[in-house]
Amino acid sequence: MMLVAVTALLKKDLLIEWRKKHTFFGVMLYVAATVFVINLMNGQAEASMWNVLFWITQLFVAINSVAKSFLQESEERFRYYYTITTPQAFMLAKLIYSVGLQLIMSLITLLLFHILLGSPLENNLLFTALAALGGTSLSIVFTFLSAIAAKAQQNASLMAILGFPIVAPILLILSRLALKTMNTVVVNGWWGLFMVLILLNILIIGLSLILFPFLWKE
Amino acid sequence: MRLRWWKLLSIVLVFYTLYFGLMGEVPSKDILNETIRNLYYHVPMWFCMILLFAYAFAYAIRYLSSNNIQYDLKSAAFNKVGIVFSVLGMVTGMEWATYTWGEPWSNDPKQLGTALCMLIYFAYLVLRNGIKDDEKRAKISAVYTIFAFSLMIPLIFVLPRMVDSLHPGNGGNPGFNAYDLDNRMRMIFYPAVIGWFLLGKWISELKYRTDILHYKKLYNE
Repeated sequence: MMLVAVTALLKKDLLIEWRKKHTFFGVMLYVAATVFVINLMNGQAEASMWNVLFWITQLFVAINSVAKSFLQESEERFRYYYTITTPQAFMLAKLIYSVGLQLIMSLITLLLFHILLGSPLENNLLFTALAALGGTSLSIVFTFLSAIAAKAQQNASLMAILGFPIVAPILLILSRLALKTMNTVVVNGWWGLFMVLILLNILIIGLSLILFPFLWKE
Repeated sequence: MRLRWWKLLSIVLVFYTLYFGLMGEVPSKDILNETIRNLYYHVPMWFCMILLFAYAFAYAIRYLSSNNIQYDLKSAAFNKVGIVFSVLGMVTGMEWATYTWGEPWSNDPKQLGTALCMLIYFAYLVLRNGIKDDEKRAKISAVYTIFAFSLMIPLIFVLPRMVDSLHPGNGGNPGFNAYDLDNRMRMIFYPAVIGWFLLGKWISELKYRTDILHYKKLYNE
């Protein structure tokens, strides 16, 4: 039952995305322009700088791409969804959808970084995995916060204000984890940090599913 | 005047802390010297802040399960006073760090964790003040309070322990427990924590009572 609802909602989101292609390509252009500007300002970056720039770019891309997940829905449409589905299914569909979208964006960002800013990494595979994990973490945080911002009838800037302090430690962990993929830096307690990140993700998903029904009711 | 026993206790304990915190004997240690007395003022601020946020968290849950606006106002009052205590804790900590670490801000993980915590709760104020409708504001702030508090716990308890800290008791620095004269300090430290916390709770309740008066005035007249 839940699965049917989630797939139906996902299909609906994909359809909307397809019909409003300009927003998708808009975000892509945003990514490309950001990386290009970094390239113009800094040229080929050294490893540690590359790492920092990558995660900052990810953050801004996440805010731009995920923000619309709830903010694009109108009040009336929420009321319609309310009559046909459960809040958990709705939230889950939104989470899966924004994670998917963010994964695509992360990979595009990573590719552009390699092309325009050089590739100072030793372990490309691990970094790609970390980029995917980081994209997932960022998108689930911002999906829930965009639900809050949408319900508060506010814009994406409120979402960013609410989100920055929460994602700051996530970005810190990610950039530390990523150090392992560069030259010969030894990162103490790598697996510990990795587990903390995974647990944080699970916690945020759990909280989103528990708390969203309260936001949903008018 | 509703003067309950715990309010009296808070007055007594805070004055006890103020007097004996400055006059009592403390172990003389290198670098720390007399700044060790900050233990009575700085550390209780954190305990107090966390307890006040925990109260706010509990009231937020009660609000969501009952939809009673009283709990929302209580939760907000505790959060706001908690923010005041976090600022006090930060200021006393930075003052102390100026004399012991040589600079007020040194990116210590605990400092960072707390700064992020403060940002999260400042964002709460922005969120809460941005919503006009009472019921919607109550609901959204309760949801955000629960979200923020649940994420704050790993933030300030787990993360700093994963990286070295300059704080006493971390990263090879001796903690206060290591000193033999500690018992004498403990006699002041524990009452200090209780006293400051009760004071914080008292202020929060006063805040709540003025808020509920405003609220009633707005709707009953």
